[in-house]
Amino acid sequence: MSMLNTITNYAADYFPMLLRKDNPKFVTETGKPVYGIVAEFDETPKVFKAAQKVRDAGYSKWDLHSPFPIHDIEEAMGFKPTKLPLMAGGAAIVGVTIAVLLQWGTSAYLYPTVVQGKPFEAWQPFVPIMFELGVLLTAFMCLFGMLALNGLPRWHHPLFTHDRFARVSNDRFFIVIEACDPSFEPTKVKKLLEEAGGQHITLVADSD
Amino acid sequence: MTDMHPDQAVAYQASGAVSAQPVPRAKPVIPGTRDDGTLIEDPGKRAPLVLGDRSFNDVTNIVCGYAEAPIPKIWLTAFTIASTIAALGTGMILYLLITGVGVWGLNNQVDWAWDITNFVFWIGIGHAGTLISAILCLLKQNWRTAVNRAAEAMTIFAVVCAGIFPGIHVGRVWFAWFLAPVPNSNGIWPNFRSPLLWDVFAVSTYATVSLLFWYMGMIPDMATLRDRAALRRHKGVSRMFAIPMPIGDGLAVPFAPRPDTIRMFIYGALSLGWRFSSRHWHRYEKAYLMLAGISTPLVLSVHSIVSFDFATSIIPGWHTTIFPPYFVAGAVFGGFAMVLLLMIPLRVVLPNFSDLLTKRHLENMAKIILLTGTMVGFAYSMEFFIAWYGGNEYEFSAFANNRVNPAKAPYWWAYWTMITCNVLFPQLFWFRKLRQNPLVIWIVALAVTIGMWFERFVIIVTSIHRAFLPGEWHMFFPTWVDILTFVGSCGIFMTLFLLFLKFLPVFALSELKIVMPQSHTDDHH
Repeated sequence: MSMLNTITNYAADYFPMLLRKDNPKFVTETGKPVYGIVAEFDETPKVFKAAQKVRDAGYSKWDLHSPFPIHDIEEAMGFKPTKLPLMAGGAAIVGVTIAVLLQWGTSAYLYPTVVQGKPFEAWQPFVPIMFELGVLLTAFMCLFGMLALNGLPRWHHPLFTHDRFARVSNDRFFIVIEACDPSFEPTKVKKLLEEAGGQHITLVADSD
Repeated sequence: MTDMHPDQAVAYQASGAVSAQPVPRAKPVIPGTRDDGTLIEDPGKRAPLVLGDRSFNDVTNIVCGYAEAPIPKIWLTAFTIASTIAALGTGMILYLLITGVGVWGLNNQVDWAWDITNFVFWIGIGHAGTLISAILCLLKQNWRTAVNRAAEAMTIFAVVCAGIFPGIHVGRVWFAWFLAPVPNSNGIWPNFRSPLLWDVFAVSTYATVSLLFWYMGMIPDMATLRDRAALRRHKGVSRMFAIPMPIGDGLAVPFAPRPDTIRMFIYGALSLGWRFSSRHWHRYEKAYLMLAGISTPLVLSVHSIVSFDFATSIIPGWHTTIFPPYFVAGAVFGGFAMVLLLMIPLRVVLPNFSDLLTKRHLENMAKIILLTGTMVGFAYSMEFFIAWYGGNEYEFSAFANNRVNPAKAPYWWAYWTMITCNVLFPQLFWFRKLRQNPLVIWIVALAVTIGMWFERFVIIVTSIHRAFLPGEWHMFFPTWVDILTFVGSCGIFMTLFLLFLKFLPVFALSELKIVMPQSHTDDHH
């Protein structure tokens, strides 16, 4: 299901006209739909504790942005492990299969050619290329599978309109609770983020 | 700067208007002293990986500052020299293509010489990057974060240089597509039982995977460069576009787009809209770990397969089972030597980098050189021992009469250069004082690089210059084209490396931040 969502979101980035959108629940003063509420943090321990608070408050559509992957953040934010290893394993099997078909198929069945009197069906000389192609396809899946699951490349995002957000790539941490969360309520969210120690709590408008 | 808006202050720092060392270090290290505080021998204490009580902002400024500063004169000089040499090498390749392989010193007996020597030399150098990123990552060796980016870049550029030689040595390069797994016009497929074809797959897979690994590591750091460029443009502190001049300031071009505009678009496109989300980081780290996991056997397989090119033939001196581990150890050895050869001068030219690349890093790499150098030395002696113990007189003769004995072997000097550089020089690192001295490390690294080139020359040329019959004995003499092609490949390598140094993040920013104490999630560290 999440995979389908990812694909739909990805398509929506490029073909927004295909998607029927409900009227937004919350709009800014200028009438734009609200993307979410952002809070800034300046230290790792603070943002880590804040993440645990937001998790315990029961939000699901929220995210934490940090200049580096924070250790054990999966647990603090409470999300499930990724399916990427399974996908990579699948890619490895496909790679090895291609190598087997390519080598056995051509050298033993389609175009058997005598070279130095070696047997046609011997499997030993085919091992190196089986290994290499398996690794190659796994590597492709690692990078492109990771990007696809992340919904990247995506060069625009509502958060980029937030002025202070540029510092996420330097030394600041941000927690954003999105307006599409079922229990999103601006005053409550603001209060929660304030209690968690967030600074510069801002409403961010959706980009379209 | 106190009454300035904080964003404005950051923008100014990012613009290079403030010096690249923005915060005076809390514990200054006196330049010229031997110990920078990282050479602790107490196992209960961890040496700091980033010196000078740096904040995240300082580290970002140090690493990005160099990529964003106006082009330094020393870089421009080095780049001019390197690219001229690269152009010379390209000219030699063109000359070869136009005229034919006769411009090299090859003959009927020695049909592989400098071309394949250079290929194995470069591909061997290309092993350190993936070793540092993959194997040291799996072993949780945090010190790798300071060198992995540069080492990975070096890997890719070395593989680029390596890839040139098999491509051009085939003689009629327009038939180089025979290497690809497609049938030729007679319906004959390439021979999948040949190690030469395995080599094509191994090297091209290695090049691709290294590139993916390198690029993936750079995505967040290029996003940092993108954000800084955008910030400067927003705050109106962007520099004008200026053509660098050999003397004085650059020549400002009024109507050209500002460098920050170009940066914003290029880094912006390359960073794929990375927004540092923890959900993304989670998958990113998993992908990185898996890439490290598959690169580890890959890096071991590549040089093993390169060694099969020799080991599966029945030429005395080549036909030995020790080749795969011996080649892999040699590759790691030569690769680390090249990393040190490049990074030590960098610490001198860019002083702030020595806070990130400490003496502890150099010492650790020196220890790896010592380990792998000793392994290579063991392989040399074991190879010689088996040549005698195996009782095959041709095999023994390939060693004793073609390589070792100065009275009989015309290439004895190449063999003994190899032994001196690869086996004797690294032994200096048994002494702590010597392996902690950057100058000594650099000299040994240079010796090892030379020695590793000679190792491949010895393996290839001394084995084939004398076949079973004395009538088939020929010496190999390189022509000027041979020599300048190799020199040119060094130029190509340096040109690419200098471009990397100037325009890409040289240190893995997000990984450096992980090893800093501020990244810990508990208050008491």
